[in-house]
Amino acid sequence: MADETSERVAEKPADKVTFTIDGVGVEAEAGQTILQAAARAGIYIPHLCAMKGLSPWGSCRVCTVMANGRPQAACTMPVAEGMVVESQTAELADLRSSMVEMLFVEGNHFCMFCEKSGNCELQAMGYRMGMLSPRHSYLFPARPLDASHPDVMLEFNRCIHCARCIQASQELDGKHVFQFIGRGAHKRIGVDSATGAAGTDLSAADQAVAVCPVGCIVKKRVGFVVPIGQRSFDRVPIGSAIESGRAANR
Amino acid sequence: MAHNLSVARQVCEKFGNDRSRLMDVLLGVQAQAGCIASAAMDEIAQGLAIHRVEVESAATFYTFLSTKPRGRFAIRVCNDIIDQLSGLDRIAEALRSELGIDFGQTTADGMFSLQYTSCIGMSDQAPAMLVNDKVVTRVSTDDVREIIQTLRATGSLDQLKLTLGDGNNSHPLVRAMVMNNLRQRGPVVFAPTTPGVALARALSEQPVELIRLIKASRLRGRGGAGFPTGMKWDFTRAAAGDRKFVVCNADEGEPGTFKDRVILTEAAGSVFEGMTIAGYAIGAAEGIVYLRGEYAYLRAFLEDILAKRREAGLLGRDILGKTGFKFDIRLQLGAGAYVCGEETALTSSCEGKAGDPKTRPPFPAQKGYLGLPTVINNVETFCAAARIMENGPGWFTSMGTAGSAGTKVLSVAGDCAQPGVYELPFGVTIAELLERVGARGTIAVQIGGAAGRMIGPGEFGRRLCYDDLATGGSVMVFGPGRDVLAIAAAFMEFFAEESCGYCTPCRVGTRLLHERLRRFLTGNAGSADMEYLEKTGKAVRIGSRCGLGQTAPNPVLGTLQSFRHEYERRVRGDGGSLLPSFDSAAAVSVAAAIVGRGSMHFPSDTAAAAAGARARATKHD
Repeated sequence: MADETSERVAEKPADKVTFTIDGVGVEAEAGQTILQAAARAGIYIPHLCAMKGLSPWGSCRVCTVMANGRPQAACTMPVAEGMVVESQTAELADLRSSMVEMLFVEGNHFCMFCEKSGNCELQAMGYRMGMLSPRHSYLFPARPLDASHPDVMLEFNRCIHCARCIQASQELDGKHVFQFIGRGAHKRIGVDSATGAAGTDLSAADQAVAVCPVGCIVKKRVGFVVPIGQRSFDRVPIGSAIESGRAANR
Repeated sequence: MAHNLSVARQVCEKFGNDRSRLMDVLLGVQAQAGCIASAAMDEIAQGLAIHRVEVESAATFYTFLSTKPRGRFAIRVCNDIIDQLSGLDRIAEALRSELGIDFGQTTADGMFSLQYTSCIGMSDQAPAMLVNDKVVTRVSTDDVREIIQTLRATGSLDQLKLTLGDGNNSHPLVRAMVMNNLRQRGPVVFAPTTPGVALARALSEQPVELIRLIKASRLRGRGGAGFPTGMKWDFTRAAAGDRKFVVCNADEGEPGTFKDRVILTEAAGSVFEGMTIAGYAIGAAEGIVYLRGEYAYLRAFLEDILAKRREAGLLGRDILGKTGFKFDIRLQLGAGAYVCGEETALTSSCEGKAGDPKTRPPFPAQKGYLGLPTVINNVETFCAAARIMENGPGWFTSMGTAGSAGTKVLSVAGDCAQPGVYELPFGVTIAELLERVGARGTIAVQIGGAAGRMIGPGEFGRRLCYDDLATGGSVMVFGPGRDVLAIAAAFMEFFAEESCGYCTPCRVGTRLLHERLRRFLTGNAGSADMEYLEKTGKAVRIGSRCGLGQTAPNPVLGTLQSFRHEYERRVRGDGGSLLPSFDSAAAVSVAAAIVGRGSMHFPSDTAAAAAGARARATKHD
């Protein structure tokens, strides 16, 4: 056994590791996360907060897998040689669905009136998981709306606390427009100004705007340019790009 | 030109305009200005050269920080379960009527604000509350009236006539009415000791040998998780980097825990000595004690002990004549956040940020405080490490059990004759402990706080140790007549309140579990609700990002296991109703009130409900 392992390692460059996802052997680069390595191999692990080009964050927990028997977020857990990852189990599928349903009941999501419908990753995830109505009780929060910015609206009823805008603003836009404020149930996206988004250097062209997976950060005056029925997830389920083996979109 | 600077900028200057001292800056501004107002946030951001939203992020995370004006006297009433069972309602009512305000409000004259707060570490002398930093214990309704009247008349906390507690609680720098309730001194933490003896012994060894001794003692973390201390020190020593840190977690926030309070009051020297030993072992020159905001009353006292240790050559440069070994300790005050007891959240807080846990890996041993290798141990662990240096690992392993060497300091509260602190060898059974603390007719014991496990009489033969019932120290005793589901619901509410909100299962799931569990208390639970609790509880356990979330569903999952009959007996017969939690009579009551008659379908129910709704409607007019 030990000989076999060392032989395999010897054949491989030092910066490569091999591991398995649901029994399928995957080769990855050392330092990659499970999610990155899986996407590269054409295996889709459902996820919402993680996004290609942004640092791993690990808040939505939809990508939870069992790694060597322990629950881990695939988006933050680095791969290791010989690691055994379980992803498509009944228990994990139910857990993921439960997380997605929690995000639905936590906010106020009215898909039928939302400009993001059809391009919304949360909605698409609900469809992919076969969600009919949430098992959880609706929390119906009272959330503010920030329409102060001339070109961008912040519709916090739809926020899922993924932190993509926080990260993209810092890592891609070189700004610091967003950060979480508050704690627990009161945690929400704050902006870098006492006077709302209008007081910040946010621009509609910022990546921070583009990366929002839901209809929380939306550009003004460009609604419904693409008709419903012709949008990304109207055509194919979320994750299709990865599963069809094309370049990972996340 | 300092006199031209605003209060906020002056406080920033005092802390060297150092971003990592944001917690101290916020506490300092609030102490002087009463709150951290919007304009102050802008000024702090300027002073520390950070973004305003970073300031707001920290300022809005902690319970003890306020961005809105509060009363000169902030009254925070502890609402943990022990206080609830010790007459909290009467105290709350007395405060409301004396002040004329409700919880969450401030009096019109700006004198008082009133809030609830999670466990303040006084469960052995409940009900208890904080008035600013001042602790008031065993509060009676008479005390409430006297305190408010005195403060109104004199405007000074020093005028309060509080009976001082025992031991160092009456030290001039403490002057607190807190009692130690130290019922059992054990051989490790509370044995008499001479400052410097353990440290001298440690410095006579090479660091590698010192770590070997700690490993040989089989010392494990006393905070609850039980990670082997020697291994932790070894990893940190081996981590690359010249600058490393030793952090002491003095943020015991687990409901019912107060043992660190007593250790810090009576054995702080041993804690600091253990930290210094750890510094020598891992090659660190800097230590931080993260002291929970609730224990701010101990701050001056602890600073004084640190100063005396510096004078005695036990801190500073060339400690005890050991050329080249330098180590010093600073206190970092917290501001009310249970999650900061989680070591990576504590690290975030020390860095002057909101107390969100960090992603692991990397672990603190590799990347801790400021991204540098850091050892983080509990107060009691450092104490034990110092005593192991003094007496050797063999002495330590001669106590306790095979997997759990040494003693454990327990905080016992609730329905027993002698609540307080007990230092006992690991392996003691629950039954033995109950006997010792004078508990009669106990129906349930909560081990390890809200995050721990509730057990019933059938399990009282189990032992307190890492292999059976592990605990960071909290033991809550519940006697005849207590409702275990009401207790579990109180714990779930605590977690919903204390979740940092970073990850979905903990932020949302704790609220959902609390809401669903409440159905069993209000008589609206159906048979499907037990299965819901089980499944959702497991999802929160598996899905959560840190130890808080992973243990948050324990009140539900533990009682479902040990007290299942309590759920079963409260399940409402579904009686053909699809959703027992939905009270159809109540739902139509408002409409029934408007039309002035009951529903055809629920004639008797709705007539009464309609009358109630009518009364409410009139009242609101």
